[in-house]
Amino acid sequence: MSAVLVFVEHDRGVIEESSLQAIGFAREVTSSSVAAVVIGAAGTEVAARVAAAGVDAVCSIDASALADYAPEAWGDACAQYAKSVDAIAIVGCGTDRGNEVLAHIAAVLDTPFISNITQYEASVPVKLTRLRWGGSLLEHATLDVGLAVLSCAPHAFDSPQSGVGEVPRSEFVAALRDDAARTRIVERVSLASGITLQTAPVVVSGGRGVGSADGFAHLEALAELLGGAVGCSRVVTNQGWRPHSDQVGQTGKRVAPELYIACGISGAIQHWIGMQAAQRVLAINLDKDAPMVTKADFAVIGDLHEIVPAIVEELRRRR
Amino acid sequence: MRILVCVKRVPAPGARIVLTEDSLGIDTRNLGFTTSPHEECAVEAAIQLVEEHGGDVTVLTLGGTDADEQLRYAISVGAHKAVLITNDDLAAGRDADAVATAKALSAAIRDLESADGIFDLLLFGNESADSGGFQVGIRVARALDRPIVNGIKGIEIADGNATARRECNDGYEVYQLAMPAVLGVKEGINLPRYATLPGRLRSKKAEVTHLDSATESGRVTTTSLATPLEQTVNTVMLGEGAGAAAAVVDMLVEMGLA
Repeated sequence: MSAVLVFVEHDRGVIEESSLQAIGFAREVTSSSVAAVVIGAAGTEVAARVAAAGVDAVCSIDASALADYAPEAWGDACAQYAKSVDAIAIVGCGTDRGNEVLAHIAAVLDTPFISNITQYEASVPVKLTRLRWGGSLLEHATLDVGLAVLSCAPHAFDSPQSGVGEVPRSEFVAALRDDAARTRIVERVSLASGITLQTAPVVVSGGRGVGSADGFAHLEALAELLGGAVGCSRVVTNQGWRPHSDQVGQTGKRVAPELYIACGISGAIQHWIGMQAAQRVLAINLDKDAPMVTKADFAVIGDLHEIVPAIVEELRRRR
Repeated sequence: MRILVCVKRVPAPGARIVLTEDSLGIDTRNLGFTTSPHEECAVEAAIQLVEEHGGDVTVLTLGGTDADEQLRYAISVGAHKAVLITNDDLAAGRDADAVATAKALSAAIRDLESADGIFDLLLFGNESADSGGFQVGIRVARALDRPIVNGIKGIEIADGNATARRECNDGYEVYQLAMPAVLGVKEGINLPRYATLPGRLRSKKAEVTHLDSATESGRVTTTSLATPLEQTVNTVMLGEGAGAAAAVVDMLVEMGLA
């Protein structure tokens, strides 16, 4: 068959939407067939979604050791299937789980794994572009012919709009070792939901300029008035002013609010990576030449300890 | 318990990355270097674990001789031993790819273990700050046939098991791995400590073991690096100081946010 296989990410039967982008990516990798691989107890919904998104075939691999997410066992299963059909590439989306399972597959098959690809040209050798430094640097590279494992950067490729709907379905039985599920989830803990950094329409974020843990009180007041969430830069977590769960940036959270209000944040690359998807940025900073100010849509120059309370007061006055 | 942490020396860029003239690397002439952040936290996690359970921490890196700086930094904050895998190519600043790096690390770990016994825990960073390949730890774990989970933000050790916590969309997941095991650690698991003066003195005197390694060329070749096109923004100045509050609120209203 020599197809390109798409690793379909799902959590207990709920599909990860970025898996559909991986199908679009697979279409760039090959002009021949694209088959989806669905591992674990996925129910019927996942296979139906990928079929509708335009794959040519769907293969399900399930077993008790594969039922819930288990990165090693899932990697083993997918690698075995890839070998059995003589796949030319295995692709997925560069999410936490996607990159994890794909790295396992590449390790088992002893083949390169190239993560977070943004452009792909199926020439000989292959020419591709991928993300380095969390997206602040692009790497152009060539890849020699042969089996490869590839992840696409999230949002780099569009998911196909529609497919034929009905495609051949198959099942594959993987030969798993007795301790195949040795890395599996033994417990799940749900934390209170509500407005989170990732869902908030406004993120009010503070950096070194906030100066102390107490300094965040005004930022919290502003976030509350706007139905937003409070974020921070790495300096702030390193100072212990806020928990790491509030950190926005390369090694923190990636946010994409309608408005990102950066208070006293200079705008180092590592921070910019975490909030570059914001629709608009308002920078409040003492330094009019700070990178955050020059890259922002709106800016107010001055002391955030005077400006933020004044905005809060003005908002309250107009209500 | 015996813990080994694999670290990577990376440049510490400021607000913009400047490339070398041939576009094949970052111009590091005006930059400092640091330990890739996830790995800095992995070192701290290892030190905390041996403080609680006893044992020792070894740090291992692959790189040029200047990576000595990051190994000694790890010793200054509490690691006990340091090992550098290097060769002429690495010393000349050429990067090893993920496959070659994993092979060299696996071989070095086997050597270290045959001399002094198995490491109960191997810690990696989830991904390196610079190349971001998301795979070296997994390749090493596979080569040594040990269980691994990435993205870890909490580790507890009991009864020969490592219990590891990882964040997910609505909370966290808990994994349990029988040791010897491998974990890919994420920043946020802890707040790395600063070096103390006695620590710094100790690190200066510490002996760093050097291991040699052959460099194989892989199937992936970097042809050039580029900075993404930046959209030029004409920043709208809403004013200075508290007097700008009205203009800010006008903007919020216009955006439908207030």
